[in-house]
Amino acid sequence: MSGTRDTVTDTRVIVLHGRCVVGGQAEGEALVTTQAISGWGGIDSRTGTIVETRHELRGRSFAGKVLVFPGAKGSSGWSNAFHLTRSMGVAPAAMLFNDMSAKIALGAVVTRAPALTDFDQDPLRVIATGDWVKVDADRGIVEVRKRAAQD
Amino acid sequence: MQLTDEEQAMLDGRDGPAVQRAMDLLMRYGRALGAERLVETNNVVASISATTPFMRDYARQRGGMDGVFSEFSLDSDDTVEIPKVKTFTSHVQLGFDPHNPELMGVDEQTIRFYRKGEAYITGLGVQATNTCTPYQVGNIPTRGEHCAWMESSAVIYCNAVIGARTNTEGRESVGAAMLTGRIPYWGYHVDENRLGTHAVALDVPVESTADWGMLGYWIGDMVQDRVPVVDGLGRLPNLARLKHFGAAASSSGGVEMYHLVGVTPEANTREQAFGARRPVAQLRYGAAERRSTWEKLNGTGRSTAVDYVMLGCPHYTIEQIWEAARLLEGRKVSPNTELWIFTPRAIKSLADRNGYTAIIEAAGAHLLTDSCSAMSRAAPRGTRVAALDSAKQAHYLPAILGIEAWFGSTADCIDAACTGQWRGSPE
Repeated sequence: MSGTRDTVTDTRVIVLHGRCVVGGQAEGEALVTTQAISGWGGIDSRTGTIVETRHELRGRSFAGKVLVFPGAKGSSGWSNAFHLTRSMGVAPAAMLFNDMSAKIALGAVVTRAPALTDFDQDPLRVIATGDWVKVDADRGIVEVRKRAAQD
Repeated sequence: MQLTDEEQAMLDGRDGPAVQRAMDLLMRYGRALGAERLVETNNVVASISATTPFMRDYARQRGGMDGVFSEFSLDSDDTVEIPKVKTFTSHVQLGFDPHNPELMGVDEQTIRFYRKGEAYITGLGVQATNTCTPYQVGNIPTRGEHCAWMESSAVIYCNAVIGARTNTEGRESVGAAMLTGRIPYWGYHVDENRLGTHAVALDVPVESTADWGMLGYWIGDMVQDRVPVVDGLGRLPNLARLKHFGAAASSSGGVEMYHLVGVTPEANTREQAFGARRPVAQLRYGAAERRSTWEKLNGTGRSTAVDYVMLGCPHYTIEQIWEAARLLEGRKVSPNTELWIFTPRAIKSLADRNGYTAIIEAAGAHLLTDSCSAMSRAAPRGTRVAALDSAKQAHYLPAILGIEAWFGSTADCIDAACTGQWRGSPE
């Protein structure tokens, strides 16, 4: 395994270990927020876009992205709102989050995107929007290639 | 996850493909949570209804309502035949009031599809209660009963006021629960997770429904999804006040459980509410906190010319309808304003018999059922400014409809409906 949190260079690969919530592998560009996400009333399931009025990602789409966020909040319609993103083909590629709840567990399961939680390092601090992230949820491994390293 | 022989048999397909799909989903969901087992439940609050154009097309292409249930209530890859439900199940609120399609701007095709859906749902054995307040219409679990409920304002009422046990479930997990009688044993099903985390002391009296809504909204902001313990209550709150308190706390923060010392069933004493835990914070709710909460809830209000007054979030109790009828009797709703009041249809039939519906309609207002403006995205045509007595609705409706909103007491709201002017104040 290459890279640790203390060797900050443009070519590093940071590796996080977490607990598998939904199995599978995926990779994509990271979309990171430190704010919890609402499902019903908080996202537009037709476009995979955050629409909550005061959310820092308002207007941004998570379709095909590796969504990195603290957890779920709001209505019990959370799982259905994310389930619909899969039906519409605009689900996130993977989900990485910190705070477990019934809403997010069920939402991740029915979105069927690989998902991990309980990390050895805080993904909100290690991963930045635009980084390239490979998720192997079956093995509990996340590889983060910082954006600058791709040039 | 450890399964009983009965659960293993369901997973192995003994009870047919739908029950097999339901157990498979509960296994995936339970593992995702980190649960070690399932728990039996015979009390489910669920959404099955499908009325959007997307769902209509989906049903057409995927074998009717069984196709919709297979995908959106069981997360199944294929359409399976859905058997009658095993558990007592209440349906939550809908996307419109099917009795008032014109008022809500719903076309006839949608109503026809809805009627087919309702026949399907009741045919499965689900109660067509169609409310966010199942505890008002025949679904009051026993203290300690394990439930699988949707609807955040009902979940917090179920846990805190009734002392039954549920997490905030979603459409798919309750679909699986109603076919299997099982739900993951996790979160608020477990004793120690129900204990208090934050102590809240009151420095101002909390009495009216609006007072309780503001307190709940403030507490949710402060504790997020933890378990507040409120001590030092004055006058005992009634059903409506606890309904508004919980709905507010679950909207601003995601609170699913709380204790009121000396009032709620797991808090005879402060010691019982916290158990062996020490509070992680001591919070005080005083005049400044009350004032800032009022201002936050009125943050979108600009114009005092009110077009629309909506009451009934969560669905009004018969006592609240009685109050509204007394405030409205002999008055008329302003020609510039509409007043809609939402309640479960079973309670509307009581209001009809009591003569309240006639008083409300004579004043030019409407008593509606099954939905609300946030769920339906429906408001009177041209609404720019609404007045609300619900902190939860004030949290959601301005964003959903892109309008201004005022929050105040029920009397302030009825006054706004009759004068067309907002004259509410924090006092």
